[in-house]
Amino acid sequence: MIEIQNLTIQRGETTTLADVTLRFGQGGITALIGPNGAGKSTLLHAMTGLLPPARGTVTIEGHDMARARAADRARTVALLTQSENVTARLSVRDLVSFGRWPHHQGRPGDADRAMIETALDLFDLSDLAERPIDTLSGGQRQRAFVAMAYAQETPWMLLDEPLAALDPRHARDLMERLHAMSRPGAHARSIVVVLHDLGMAARYADRIVALKDGRLVTSGPRPIALTGRVLTDLFDTGLEVRRVGGTDIVVPV
Amino acid sequence: MAERRLLLLGGTVVLLAALFALWGLRAPYGFILSLRLTKLASLAVVGASIGAATVLFQTVSANRLLTPGIVGFDALYVFIQTALVLSLGGVGYAGLPAMAQFLTEAGLLVLAGVVLFGVILRRGAEDVLRMILTGVILGVLLRGLSSFAQRLLDPSDFAIVQQASFATFGAVDQTQLAIAAALLVAAFGMALRIAPALDVAGLGRTTARSLGVDHDRLVLTSLSLVALLVAISTALVGPITFLGLLAASLAHSLAATHRHVILIPAAALIGAAILIAGQFVFERLLGLQSTLAVVVEFAGGLLFLILLLRKPRR
Repeated sequence: MIEIQNLTIQRGETTTLADVTLRFGQGGITALIGPNGAGKSTLLHAMTGLLPPARGTVTIEGHDMARARAADRARTVALLTQSENVTARLSVRDLVSFGRWPHHQGRPGDADRAMIETALDLFDLSDLAERPIDTLSGGQRQRAFVAMAYAQETPWMLLDEPLAALDPRHARDLMERLHAMSRPGAHARSIVVVLHDLGMAARYADRIVALKDGRLVTSGPRPIALTGRVLTDLFDTGLEVRRVGGTDIVVPV
Repeated sequence: MAERRLLLLGGTVVLLAALFALWGLRAPYGFILSLRLTKLASLAVVGASIGAATVLFQTVSANRLLTPGIVGFDALYVFIQTALVLSLGGVGYAGLPAMAQFLTEAGLLVLAGVVLFGVILRRGAEDVLRMILTGVILGVLLRGLSSFAQRLLDPSDFAIVQQASFATFGAVDQTQLAIAAALLVAAFGMALRIAPALDVAGLGRTTARSLGVDHDRLVLTSLSLVALLVAISTALVGPITFLGLLAASLAHSLAATHRHVILIPAAALIGAAILIAGQFVFERLLGLQSTLAVVVEFAGGLLFLILLLRKPRR
């Protein structure tokens, strides 16, 4: 379980996250939603312990993330940021194998190699394993990065806008994989994902956390937290949640 | 594959070294061979230092165009030379024991280099253009200060600074060379130790940190090594701005890998190969005593422009 207590993050004079208290239960997908500048990415980075809090604490399974050793943090939580510019010449396999770094620190063993193959296989990347990542399509590339986070073999995966720049087919494909990964099973992961696509949040999220201006607006199970009223207040524009063919969709009104 | 290419590079350097040492060797063999081997060793030490330093610097700055020279290290060297001559006087400077002079210069360069690179990387790591501009402007500032200080010098002192401002392999002190080689081996060993973490750093600061790499400590260690390696070569023979760019670019192309355990030795071997081959062609084939550094700067400068114009890269 991730517990966030009175978390405040400041960057210089600006408070980017103010007094947030939250709990994330294990399993499933939690979608972080909110307008630009709401503090979603800041919350995600703070949860990994990479952003030191001005006040408050983040604990994962009882461990204070701000005080945890770098290697321990990396074995507890995987973070996928909005694509950093990679200057190194990497194949898909090279990239995915970086996910094992927290476990082997440069000396991969059999268990690491097996996990890399599992991740490649799970994300349909085995055929592309030797391809340089700069020759992949946007969807394939994003899949490779998620596979790297998966190979990190952490109970928690935090993904910052993984659907950005993906077309609907690739976006849906990725969400389907994440959804499958978050179900109970041998390789189950608890996933926290920043989403701008409210349709995807309505379709795949089990829980919703809504932020605005660095403050928590609401959090809870999707059917309760994702309502037209919450969304309209959150984005300052008319939005409604409707049920079509057994699935919730978000529409502007 | 990459390992085989590295071996091939090693073989090429050995071949070039043998050519350099033995081509047209005449009596008195012992004396000439000793002169040639000293020059050969200095070429190898300088080329290897600059090549390895540039790969390290490009990785921590996440930029394949930057070299320590381009962001103002050479200007810093000239500034330190000028400041030393100005404060000690030409006679005092020339009277310094060679070893003390070398170690003082190298020490000052390491200290100032870590501060300079640290400022450049900390202030502009997220913004490449700003980082380059900061380096260039710092370089201009240091050159301006050197130029001002040089106007205060009398002509004979000025000549001493001028001589030190261009790389020359003509008269390298053997003891200095031995110390430089020992420092190079130590720095190289350390660089290879941090090589796997540097591979992860190639993914960018946030991703590397999220994978458990202590990125800030890695950058500080790398910058100290860069400063030491560049200080070794610069204090030994003088500044060569673009050799590093040539060596690192060729290393990335030839080794075709992201693994620094291959890239660092490859760049070192290529740096040494360029200098040894260049000096061989100059001295043995063309019979010239011209400054090799000028040709290296010309070729490296051209490559810099080509890389800059080819496509925007971080």
